[in-house]
Amino acid sequence: MKLYWKHLQMHLQSMMQYKTSFFLTALGQFLVSFNVFLGIYFMFQRFHQVAGFTYSQCLLCFAVTLSSFTLAEVFFRGFDTFASCIANGEFDRILVRPRGLVFQVICKKVELTRLGKLLQALVIFCYAVPNCGVEWNGIKILGLVLMVLGGTVVFASLFVLYAGICFFTLEGLEFMNVFTDGAKEFGKYPLGIYGKHILVICTFLVPYALFQYYPFLYLIGQRSEAGFLFLPLLSCLFSIPCYLFWRWGLRHYQSTGS
Amino acid sequence: MGVCRDGAENRLEEWGKLKMIQVEHLTKTFRVAKRRAGFRSAFRALWSRQYEEIRALDDISFTIRDGEMVGYMGPNGAGKSSTIKVLSGILTPEGGTCRVNGRIPWKERKEHVKHIGVVFGQRSQLWWDVPVMDSFFLLKDIYSVPDAVFRETCTELTELLSLEEILKTPARQLSLGQRMRCEIAASLLHRPDILFLDEPTIGLDAVSKLAVREFIKKLNHEHKTTVILTTHDMQDIEALASRIILIGKGRVLMDGTLSDVRACAKDAGASLDEMAAALYRAYEV
Repeated sequence: MKLYWKHLQMHLQSMMQYKTSFFLTALGQFLVSFNVFLGIYFMFQRFHQVAGFTYSQCLLCFAVTLSSFTLAEVFFRGFDTFASCIANGEFDRILVRPRGLVFQVICKKVELTRLGKLLQALVIFCYAVPNCGVEWNGIKILGLVLMVLGGTVVFASLFVLYAGICFFTLEGLEFMNVFTDGAKEFGKYPLGIYGKHILVICTFLVPYALFQYYPFLYLIGQRSEAGFLFLPLLSCLFSIPCYLFWRWGLRHYQSTGS
Repeated sequence: MGVCRDGAENRLEEWGKLKMIQVEHLTKTFRVAKRRAGFRSAFRALWSRQYEEIRALDDISFTIRDGEMVGYMGPNGAGKSSTIKVLSGILTPEGGTCRVNGRIPWKERKEHVKHIGVVFGQRSQLWWDVPVMDSFFLLKDIYSVPDAVFRETCTELTELLSLEEILKTPARQLSLGQRMRCEIAASLLHRPDILFLDEPTIGLDAVSKLAVREFIKKLNHEHKTTVILTTHDMQDIEALASRIILIGKGRVLMDGTLSDVRACAKDAGASLDEMAAALYRAYEV
């Protein structure tokens, strides 16, 4: 942990070299997700409800997805940009250091410019939490925190999965964005509105619904089983196959010539 | 039974101490996608791709003793970097065994890399935007070097490589020669027993080259560090390597000294580069 802190300091130090760039990127990130927010806002100007969910309830979903995606991006960016890490030989360097590989890849990159997006998510939370008609109590707040954390783990696992594919090919990996960026767009609304098939996929294949939809149903009172609140913990299991795949890919690592 | 095995293991251990690096029958193949130039073949490659197996290492064997300085020589694409990568635990070979300090690099990676230092001449390990000294401090923590040892090593390296002036400069503002000296220092902070140098003098001016060579010699002399060096610069080999291993097309072609190389050249007045070229031609690599 101390070593992670040291790495973080180095990142900050590097970033301070390019102050303007940092603030502009952070601002840009803020504006981009603000756009999405406006999109939802204008839609509800016309429709008021989507599949029985109110505006504030959808915003709550959006905030959960956005904040967990952003947290994953801030801390697991090393896996998200793993292709370049392999291409420029930085991974070779990682392999000759006496520390855990996952730890080192995480340390490689901390994307603090994404904090602009995180701020955005916080603002939406501030609006949605009091307005979505949920009677908040201790356990529900804990549930909300679990939703965000579970989501972070799921998105981070997707980054790890993506990094695992990088061991085999560095081309045509754009399709993975369907699962990460795509899911982020998808997650603007409660996942149930997309129909049953999508929900099944989002429950069993990539467990987005476990941290976004089911606990949310409990929060707004559509379901009464308190167990739903702890489903995000179950979604964390998704990290296991992703990690194993990454380990398996590691054995096929070919390095790049020099 | 038990006693017998212990005896055998002990003997193996002793043997391992004398022979720092043992490489036996190492093979490694790469699968490279093959396609002809042009749009049409690129299009065709979308569906059916042809792969070509390239034998980067083809039955490589050698042993290197404690404290030796070995020049690893060969034309481009001969498998030099691949060997270094296998020995430093980056690549896993398909066949053969290899023990460095008694450890198998790719199996006991973490323990293994504590005892080696690696310099890739074409890739930096320093943090681009922060002063070199900060990179050193981070490396100290990565390798968990004790404070006292770190201070001592740092002072010594600073003096020998004349880094005093440049340690406070961010790596991106260093000249290539200055950076290379810092790279070498960075890979020695944890006092490794073995130093792998992959083209350490590439692109350096005469002064920096001499400084780097001088330093490596001193390091080997004073700390008995085993040095394995790949380079295309024949003068590096002449100045540093007491032993030369020549490889080509993934095979060991020659294992000897510089005078063995000289013997291969018919023309006595030939320059070092001409001798190397003659040697490559003689082995058809």
